[in-house]
Amino acid sequence: MIKSILLTGVGGQGVLFSAGIIASAAESAGYNVTTNEIHGMAQRGGSVTAQVRFSDEEGELSPLALVGTVDVLASMEQIEALRYAHWLKKGGAAVVAKTAVIPVTVTNGECSYPNDVEERLNQVFDHLVWLDCVEQALKMGNARLSNTILTGAMAKELPEIGIEHWRKGLLAKLKPGMEEMNLQAFMKGYEQCSNI
Amino acid sequence: MRKLLTGNEAIARGAWEGGVTAAFGYPGTPSTEILENLVKYEGVYCEWSPNEKVALEAAAGASIAGARTIVTMKHVGLNVAADPLMTLSYVGVRGGLVLCVADDPGQHSSQTEQDTRHYARLAKVPVLEPANAVEARAFLMEGFEISEKYGCPVILRTTTCVGHSRALVECGEARDKNKTEFVKDPTHFVPLPLWGRKLRVKVEERLDAQAADAANHPTLNKIWEGSGKDLGIITSGITALYCKEIFPEAGILKPGWAFPFPDELIKKFAGEYKQVAVIEEGDPILEEHVKSLGVKCSGKDIVPRCGELTPDKIHEIRGKLFGGNEPLPQPVKQAEGLPTRPPVFCAGCPHRALFYALTKFDVLVTGDIGCYSLGVFPPLGRTDVLICMGGGFTLAHGMDKAGEKKKVVGVLGDSTFFHSGMTGLLDVVYNNGVSTLIVVDNTSTAMTGHQDHPGTGRTIMGNPAPAARIEEIARACGMKRITVVDPFDQQNIHDVLEREIAAEEPSLIISRAPCPLNIRRMPGPKRVIQADQCKKCRACLKCGCPAITIKAGEAPKIDPLLCAGCRLCEGICKFGAIKPEA
Repeated sequence: MIKSILLTGVGGQGVLFSAGIIASAAESAGYNVTTNEIHGMAQRGGSVTAQVRFSDEEGELSPLALVGTVDVLASMEQIEALRYAHWLKKGGAAVVAKTAVIPVTVTNGECSYPNDVEERLNQVFDHLVWLDCVEQALKMGNARLSNTILTGAMAKELPEIGIEHWRKGLLAKLKPGMEEMNLQAFMKGYEQCSNI
Repeated sequence: MRKLLTGNEAIARGAWEGGVTAAFGYPGTPSTEILENLVKYEGVYCEWSPNEKVALEAAAGASIAGARTIVTMKHVGLNVAADPLMTLSYVGVRGGLVLCVADDPGQHSSQTEQDTRHYARLAKVPVLEPANAVEARAFLMEGFEISEKYGCPVILRTTTCVGHSRALVECGEARDKNKTEFVKDPTHFVPLPLWGRKLRVKVEERLDAQAADAANHPTLNKIWEGSGKDLGIITSGITALYCKEIFPEAGILKPGWAFPFPDELIKKFAGEYKQVAVIEEGDPILEEHVKSLGVKCSGKDIVPRCGELTPDKIHEIRGKLFGGNEPLPQPVKQAEGLPTRPPVFCAGCPHRALFYALTKFDVLVTGDIGCYSLGVFPPLGRTDVLICMGGGFTLAHGMDKAGEKKKVVGVLGDSTFFHSGMTGLLDVVYNNGVSTLIVVDNTSTAMTGHQDHPGTGRTIMGNPAPAARIEEIARACGMKRITVVDPFDQQNIHDVLEREIAAEEPSLIISRAPCPLNIRRMPGPKRVIQADQCKKCRACLKCGCPAITIKAGEAPKIDPLLCAGCRLCEGICKFGAIKPEA
């Protein structure tokens, strides 16, 4: 068994942080793990992706999945989910933040930002979780918790990893003092997803 | 003890376990994290050198004195360090020296797509190619052994995907360090032609011995038996892992010791399969050699020469090999009509302010490699030519000497000024140039993640250091016109640019403001646009700030989550509609 997760978003949104949590949780659950992330120019507001793959078999794992075979796609920006939709396998889960980060190419009139995002998301994804996680994070008092909420929602789509390992994975990636808030945010995402 | 490490973290781990004494490098994606991680281990001397040539020379000294040493750089860095590499191959080393070079297939963050294996052939030194973090650690340690056995430097070639991918790595403890004690032997360490000619012969003899060693090496090469004997794939590095998943039935040979070529191993493997394919990323180096051994194989006739060989490309190759069209498992079509999202200057970046000021002048701008390369994109569009690190001043000088009618402004960063740009300034002054030279000084090697350099006053090991002053260096070179400006003070910078661009002699402007991401402090309070005072003239959009957005028919808005309070937009607005937040 190999599970592949593709994370997307915009530089600075916490894509790599979220990938770290998944990898750490999968490792805690005893799986063989590999990750890949694109650094460099991408961190300057560009499109960012990371992949996590885990398997119950030992040995060398390719850190990149084949297009169209990813089990879960998590996107911290809504049109980035559309950009990478073709990576998801048939029946795979898409967990998408209801967040629009307007690229400078739109502001300066070169391109336009689609205004039918909801319709397009529903069209391409069979199983879509669309979360207003920034709004929820702001209600919790810190916009930066939005990616933890999204990660929680995504965790629900990966039942191969038990909740105790998710907790461990999350705690392993947090700075001291941030644990309680992030655990709450994670559970908020994890629980509400199951209601959809 | 198993740890989940990136390839770069694993290289650092391998160096430490292998008893490294000293490490040198210059930051460059995707190699930067090697030194950043190695410095966390106790008792290893690490440094960011001003450039890659300096790093390799210093490492050569350390190794000749007996110490195990690593040097780190990206592929284009090896161009800079090529001179010492060629001679070091003759002179040789004593303590193991591993040169870690990270190639960037697909050009994720590089100006070229070079294949470092060419340098290994040119310098006649071994190259090891790990496929993942497990091998990165092991190969680095093995590299020390090979380097000491043959008394020559060894190249550890990684690629972006190897350096930035994680795997679970079994780690061990550190071996004792070598004793450092130089043993005098000028016939060995001074390649005057008299002795150099003898060293030259030894290098060739060494290659033959290494090829035999490579073919029989017990751990560096890998063969995965497939389910049949129809297809044998010869490949290298991470491409092997993709092939393993996409060609489960094929036999796969992955020579980890990639040069000198393990001829006997290749011939034996190829002889076992009906059909052989060489699937390698980059140039057809392995393929041409396999063919020279008389092995019939497919290669670049079906494998792309350019770009990263990602799993979907391997899937395409599979289709071509088997003559059928196995479509990609693609339940959804790739989306069309989405806005592009190129990297941009961050909100609050001082480079934006400088390039915005330059948009008011009819000049040509030559640049170099750093965050400020992004000044080329609209709406700023203020870079016209860019070649290489440190080249911003000299390009301007050359255009000017050729008689270009427009004034040419050369731009460098602070780190690249120290890297190789300051010789360009010397050139302009010495040869009576008239270019306007600008250093965009954010006191950090920002693009690669804020490394220190000779101007920051601190070393990678966290020790205080004398901070080299760009203006003092320029003055010592004979530069008379030197102005230091705050780029966010738009009125002043406009006046300075106007005056200096008109000057009929060389001029240096240092645009100085720290990278806000580095000092983790916003330049000022967040700004807001007062909708009632906004005339919707869109002038503020012309600075390309990602925090300012606009919806059709509405006044622009500043996103409070993104705004860094740099006040550039406030200075641009002629109607006073942009103010610090209350």
